[in-house]
Amino acid sequence: MVSRPGVYRKLNSVWNTPVSNDAIGGATQSLNSVTHLEAAGRDLSTLLRITRMSLRHRWQVAFAIGSTLVAVILQLLIPQLLGRAIDQSHIAIGGGVTGAAAEGALWISALLLLAVSALRGLFTMVQNYFAEAVGHHVAYELRLACYEKIQRLSFSFHDQVHSGDLITIGMLDLEGVRTYFSTALVRALHLTMLIGMGAYMLISTDPVLGLLALSFVPFVGWRSSVTQLRLRATWLDLQERFSVLSRVMEENLGGIRVVRAFAAQTYEMLKFDRASKNALDLAHELADIHAPNTSAMTLSYFFAMGLVLWIGGNKVMTDEITVGKLTTFLTFMTILQMPVRQIGLIVNAFARASTCGSRLFGLLDQDITIRDAPDARPLEISEGTLRFDNVSFAYPSTENRAIVKNINFEARRGETIAIVGPPGSGKSTMAHLIPRFYDVTGGAITFDGQDIRKVTLATLRKAVAVVQQDAFLFTTTIENNVAYGDPWAKEQRIEHASESAQLHNHILGLPAGYETVVGERGISLSGGQRQRLTIARTMMLRPSVVVFDDSTAAIDAATEQRIRAAIRRFANERVTIIIAHRLSSLMHADQILFIDNGEIVERGTHEELLAKRERYKALYDLQMRSE
Amino acid sequence: MAQEDGDELEGERNDVRGDGKRPPRAVVGSHRIEEEMFGRAFDQNVIRRIWAFARPYKAELFISVSALLIFTGTQLLIPLIIRCAIHHWMAPGGIDHSYLLAAAGAFLLAILVNFAAGYTQEAVIGKTAENVLFDIRRAMFGHLQRVSLSFMDKTEVGRLMSRLQGDVNSIQEFLANSLFSVGDVALLFGIVFVMLWLDFRLGLLTLSVLSILFIVRIFWLPRARDAFMAAHETNSVTNGALAEAIHGVRTVQSMDRQQVNFILYGDKARANLRTHLIAAKYAQVMVPIVDGLTGLAMAVVIVVGGSMIMNGRIDVGVLVAYLFYIQRFFDPIRSLTLQYSIMQRAMASGKRLTDVLDVKIDIQDKPDARALSAEMNGSVEFRNVTFGYNPNHPVLKNVSFRANPGETVALVGPTGSGKSSAMALVHRFYDVQQGQVLVGGQDVRDLTQESLGRQVAMVLQEPFLFTGTVLENIRYHKTEATRDKVIEAAKAVGAHDFIMSLADGYEAQLGERGGNLSLGQRQLISFARALVADAKILVLDEATANIDSYTEMLIQKALKKLLAGRTGLVIAHRLATIRGADRIIVFQNGQVIETGNHDKLMAMGGLYSKLYNLNYASFDDIPEEKLDTTATAGCRT
Repeated sequence: MVSRPGVYRKLNSVWNTPVSNDAIGGATQSLNSVTHLEAAGRDLSTLLRITRMSLRHRWQVAFAIGSTLVAVILQLLIPQLLGRAIDQSHIAIGGGVTGAAAEGALWISALLLLAVSALRGLFTMVQNYFAEAVGHHVAYELRLACYEKIQRLSFSFHDQVHSGDLITIGMLDLEGVRTYFSTALVRALHLTMLIGMGAYMLISTDPVLGLLALSFVPFVGWRSSVTQLRLRATWLDLQERFSVLSRVMEENLGGIRVVRAFAAQTYEMLKFDRASKNALDLAHELADIHAPNTSAMTLSYFFAMGLVLWIGGNKVMTDEITVGKLTTFLTFMTILQMPVRQIGLIVNAFARASTCGSRLFGLLDQDITIRDAPDARPLEISEGTLRFDNVSFAYPSTENRAIVKNINFEARRGETIAIVGPPGSGKSTMAHLIPRFYDVTGGAITFDGQDIRKVTLATLRKAVAVVQQDAFLFTTTIENNVAYGDPWAKEQRIEHASESAQLHNHILGLPAGYETVVGERGISLSGGQRQRLTIARTMMLRPSVVVFDDSTAAIDAATEQRIRAAIRRFANERVTIIIAHRLSSLMHADQILFIDNGEIVERGTHEELLAKRERYKALYDLQMRSE
Repeated sequence: MAQEDGDELEGERNDVRGDGKRPPRAVVGSHRIEEEMFGRAFDQNVIRRIWAFARPYKAELFISVSALLIFTGTQLLIPLIIRCAIHHWMAPGGIDHSYLLAAAGAFLLAILVNFAAGYTQEAVIGKTAENVLFDIRRAMFGHLQRVSLSFMDKTEVGRLMSRLQGDVNSIQEFLANSLFSVGDVALLFGIVFVMLWLDFRLGLLTLSVLSILFIVRIFWLPRARDAFMAAHETNSVTNGALAEAIHGVRTVQSMDRQQVNFILYGDKARANLRTHLIAAKYAQVMVPIVDGLTGLAMAVVIVVGGSMIMNGRIDVGVLVAYLFYIQRFFDPIRSLTLQYSIMQRAMASGKRLTDVLDVKIDIQDKPDARALSAEMNGSVEFRNVTFGYNPNHPVLKNVSFRANPGETVALVGPTGSGKSSAMALVHRFYDVQQGQVLVGGQDVRDLTQESLGRQVAMVLQEPFLFTGTVLENIRYHKTEATRDKVIEAAKAVGAHDFIMSLADGYEAQLGERGGNLSLGQRQLISFARALVADAKILVLDEATANIDSYTEMLIQKALKKLLAGRTGLVIAHRLATIRGADRIIVFQNGQVIETGNHDKLMAMGGLYSKLYNLNYASFDDIPEEKLDTTATAGCRT
């Protein structure tokens, strides 16, 4: 297979991969820092693991390898047949045989050649197809495993690992592993057999010519491996530079109003030129690595061919060998030329598979820290009482600094608890502990007396809903987004929830109503609309505990009041926890907890706290004054 | 296209299978709406535009084409030299040694020339295509810096990025490949020519066998391309679903959708596997065909050529040369047929690129534009300004007002009343349809945009931060501002304390768009940036989002610092800001309806006093129905 100089292909693929650019950008590092695999012997064990995965597709592997063997043998027959045919026609002129007999012999050679060529093609097809198929099946299994793992890994993992890195693993690294069987393993096998058997055949025919014909193999193999590895290193570097360039462009276009407002076009062009030149220099370097090596490999090949011709020609003249034999040597060289050049690609495929594989397996081998206990039972709700029992929590990354300290409170069904406090005081963290996004590091959270760590996650999360600060919209219809947690829901319920969240009228005003596609590739909603959609989404779940985690910041006060009024109708069925800055959102709560530094510093109703004249009162005054 | 996508989406949604595991309203990943990938294979206009970018590299192009042709020539020559050598070994009646030496010399020369030409073409073509690619990208990026903001508002950043990356890349691919195809065509014709020249009849016969491949390729190509496209498509769908799962993982977990999603993702992954296997079949089916035809051609050469040798019509050398050429014959055909798709893709991309490059630049400096001097007085005046993004629907109607040097003017009014548009005109983001906008007493259309930008600083509602350090963000394009000056500005707006609490202080790297800072903190940094820019006039669009009270207090203080000694035009939402202004201009329906300070406007008892008396913390909080009953001239834009 003749391929165009690989560089150009590759250059194009940088940006054609459907990965967002920031994903390609900061790849690699951070995940490595959380994997705990040992570096030593890792490469080999990774490759062994991929090999084992591949070998599980027994029949396909057998077909691929069997066909490879047959194809190689057939391929080696072709030079022999050609040489034979040449000799036959040559002898004919010499007049050694009658014309008819010579013609008959030629016909046999020709038909053999046709059959061998066609069969070789057939077996190569089978070899390539099954080699590819094994790779695709392995990729399919890994894809599913990756997806499942990513879905199940706990929040603390996702906090530490950049989403772009995960995308890189799930797309690019997976590709690296996929191509391992076909590009690395089968090709290496093919090449080894081809060179091995070919060398035996040639050297046994004529040692000197045989060695000469093979003389270019070590040189080309070495050059091509070195070149490919250097190209790969440069290539990874270039990817980084491209991602810098992308970022410059993307930020410029996204912030074009800032650029224009400061009349900073010249400055921005300078920034662009710098990033652009950086990438261009390296792209040129790629060509500089590639060009001399490709040409040198071709030269060495032709040089070997020249030697074979010269020495072989002399041998022909002294009748040591026939022209046909010489043709066999020459044809064999032509056959070998391409695969030998691909040694570099094979070496590269091994290298790529081992780095990609180790990252991929690093992800797949991650422990899921938050999972059902072995004896977990479904959550049983009777009274509907939520209790924080001396709860403390510290993030794994900052283990010695507790974010939440010794929190105690109880909320009964129908009650509303409000949490207020300065930014960074641990309010959101408290909210995230209830559905077990994180596990408490001290104390316990109980629901009707059941420790939430002892019930199944599925039942717990059905019962506890958190309306998040940052609303994530899936690229699908509004209807599907609202029904995200209950995709079996009837239309009526979806509309009802949207009405409660004060979103229904807005939706009806959209071009396709509830069928309007929103999200990344759909129409965009404002921050307030997104938050309202999230509220509607949560209302669909009919949770026993609902937590509003500062989820109304972008909604104006009046709409918020109406949402609260709509939701209050169901409030007696559940515990409501409100985290908010706007005091008007929370002053009707049954209990207000003022948090600072992860501790409750004041608690009571709005009136009680005002009467105390301390922190809460100060905050209240501050807000009233600005109005 | 859009219709089809819609149908597919519809189909997906109605796909309720009986097992109860795939709910009616659940999907993972979105159906990607692909852009037209293939255009006409040849579009003269696009070619002309691309050529304009390639023209500066004429010398390089000439060198690479020459090198290519020489390279191809030597490739053709080598089998011929071998043929001659063989011919002379076989020559009856002794061997001419000088002739053999000459052949050896010719061979050595040929491979050295081949080396040099190969080296040259590889290096030069690669670099030239790369240069052209970077030039096109730069031209587009530069153009986007100058096109009107209304174009930028309408066009998604993602879409522009795919122009700057994917489309530019397919042009580059096309450039490099079209040069290589020159070599392919030359090689193909060369082989045909040499074969016919060596022996016309044998050549014709061989070529007729080989041309079967052309016919096979014609049938194969469209089907194979569909298969490859389907594989590509399912790949991006599957990857899109994975990306969605990663980005939305917190929602997925809190809504307990893992199980359903896994089943749905499994469907996509299976479809991906299936299309890839089909594509692999299409890719591989050509192998036995090519090999079979090669075998057939060699068989024909052996039988026919063999008998010709016996007849003495040709020599053995010709036969050997033929066998060499046949083995090379398919390479150019293979890459040429691939080239067709590359060309189609490039034309589609080229069309999109020219569309961007052809966007008109509405706002340009006049040839005799003057620079706005830093010594100007800093007044801003609107004289009977009428303006609309669509000239038939003006958003500002006959607006006149003046902000005196050093004054802080608050612009208030309901959403869509024209406040923001008026502010965009100060900066000459757009040109007025009637009337004049004057800055420092001069019509903004007579000034250079650069000097205007230096004197009018702007703080947007959504603070926008760039990747980089805090210091770089505050300094922004004022590269001459010293570190002390930056710190001074940060202290003035009250950002210093929180900056120092970051791990690296002023050297702390900000995440994507300042993601690691709170909204209020980003706001303060953008204030500091405006302070460093040190412009006479400040245009500020106050944030509407709720910020916690602590940061809010800081921002109010910072605002005072920022406005001191400057002319300030503030689109105000918060009552505290409005009350602090020297003058308040009330907009409604694109007109100025009231002007004066707080007390005067309250005394007037107009819209302002009514809005104020509703007692909302911000005018934007006022529900629509109340506004409707309050606003005298009912309809709102």
